[in-house]
Amino acid sequence: MKESLFTLEHARQLTEDTYELVLSGDTSAVTAPGQFVNIQLPGRFLRRPISICNWAEGSLLLLVKVVGEGTRELVRSVPGTEFPVLSGLGNGFDLTKGGAHPILLGGGIGIAPLYGLARRMLDAGLTPTVGLGFRSAKDSFYLEEFAALGCPLMAATEDGSLGTKGFVTDLAKNVPQCDYAFVCGPTPMLKAVHGLPQLTGGQFSFEARMGCGFGACMGCSVPTLDGYKRVCKDGPILYKEEIVW
Amino acid sequence: MVNLSVRLGDVELKNPVIPASGTFGYGREYAELYDLDILGSFSWKGTTAESRPGNPQPRIAETAAGMLNAVGLQNPGIGAVIAEEVPNIARLFHGPVIANVGGFSLKEYAENCAKLNDVEQAAILEVNISCPNVHAGGKNFGSDPRAAAEVTRAVKAVTRKPVFMKLSPNVTDIAEIAKACADAGADGICLINTLLGMRIDLKTKRPLIANRTGGLSGPAVFPVAVRMVWDVYEAVRLPIIGCGGVSSAEDVCEMMLAGASAVEIGAANLRDPYACKKIIEALPDVCERLGAARIADLTGAAHG
Repeated sequence: MKESLFTLEHARQLTEDTYELVLSGDTSAVTAPGQFVNIQLPGRFLRRPISICNWAEGSLLLLVKVVGEGTRELVRSVPGTEFPVLSGLGNGFDLTKGGAHPILLGGGIGIAPLYGLARRMLDAGLTPTVGLGFRSAKDSFYLEEFAALGCPLMAATEDGSLGTKGFVTDLAKNVPQCDYAFVCGPTPMLKAVHGLPQLTGGQFSFEARMGCGFGACMGCSVPTLDGYKRVCKDGPILYKEEIVW
Repeated sequence: MVNLSVRLGDVELKNPVIPASGTFGYGREYAELYDLDILGSFSWKGTTAESRPGNPQPRIAETAAGMLNAVGLQNPGIGAVIAEEVPNIARLFHGPVIANVGGFSLKEYAENCAKLNDVEQAAILEVNISCPNVHAGGKNFGSDPRAAAEVTRAVKAVTRKPVFMKLSPNVTDIAEIAKACADAGADGICLINTLLGMRIDLKTKRPLIANRTGGLSGPAVFPVAVRMVWDVYEAVRLPIIGCGGVSSAEDVCEMMLAGASAVEIGAANLRDPYACKKIIEALPDVCERLGAARIADLTGAAHG
């Protein structure tokens, strides 16, 4: 974890409420896909925890969904705006644990960390299959970016306006020998994927309202089979075998 | 050269800055960020007899200039703290520690405090009779002078360590509670805990916090805390730890002018994990501006 200033370089609207932000700054504390940053906004008391979509030396890529005033101000900030950022928070995905052919399942804004994860899996010689779910075609984003990675890609929408009609769980059912999943999305989706009978293991990224984001306040603690865990510090990635609903 | 040292009764602190209970855990997370030995002290997470899982999610909501929390005293229990956290604290911090103790009965308060008798580093017991997020059969020891006095006496009977009672602002007259604690033998007063508050989610039309209410902290409560420290300073002749919305070195000095001998920093740590470090580094300059060669001289100086 590191506190430093990040500068907004570029913001691009992807859907009605979803934006891609590119920031420059010191990313040396980011060590794994699935980690997050906690961004201080002017005039807001608590920071906004945002999952890392991808990163490189000196550059941070975030996908941000507008869910309230703070995130709206963030995505509307002009390039050049500086933000105090705590970077490299949380445990992140462990891509060594998913076997050679893991499946990555994301829903809505939850697809963000899977992009950086897929890239690093490909770099590591793994062959991930990616399944992304959205409400409808107009809510979909980042499909081209995922497609450009070159790994098998499937999409599902609830209304069938794009890809398979249904949910990411329907995509997972179509993948033979899919027994280990990396998952990020809304809680009902996490729960549905967690219940897929063919899964023997998996890593699930959770979100929570956070006070500090670095493990001090216990504001985001959730029960697990291994005792209470802080989503910000012990997570946000929890493992299939420890999750309770 | 400004002298930053202060005294809380017989306990000397190298400076008045103390991370507040519940915002600093048992020191581990912050020790990854800076050397804890720069701190005057730190108040560990409120500890009860048994481990407590705390309240359901969500526990946190933002407010204008602050936040609500309803963590609900999640802690591993006094036995685990003594066995696992205290030895670790001894490695991380070499000054006097403030042991924050929670409880749900007179017996529990007394037993928890007695267990700390042999914990040398616990220099001060801070007895929390003011957590707004737990319900002990509807009884809140901090909101009734007689109950506050009973806890004070029960704890004093089992410990030789200085006992500071941590008071709730959710009362009509906090000075009356402070006086009751003083008369019962308290060695100091810590105030304020959080103010009871609520936010409602416009989307769901339900309270944002699962516990419905939460404790308000952050800069929003600072003027309330300053006023209450002032009132208690007028009412009792005991050292006071001022707490509530302190976010800067200037706030520390203001709280001391109101009557605090030392100052706890709470929510500011959550917003900026380096808050205490930055405040300590800024204190000498602020004291010089105020013409205070000894920061301890500020205590109560606003009272005419």
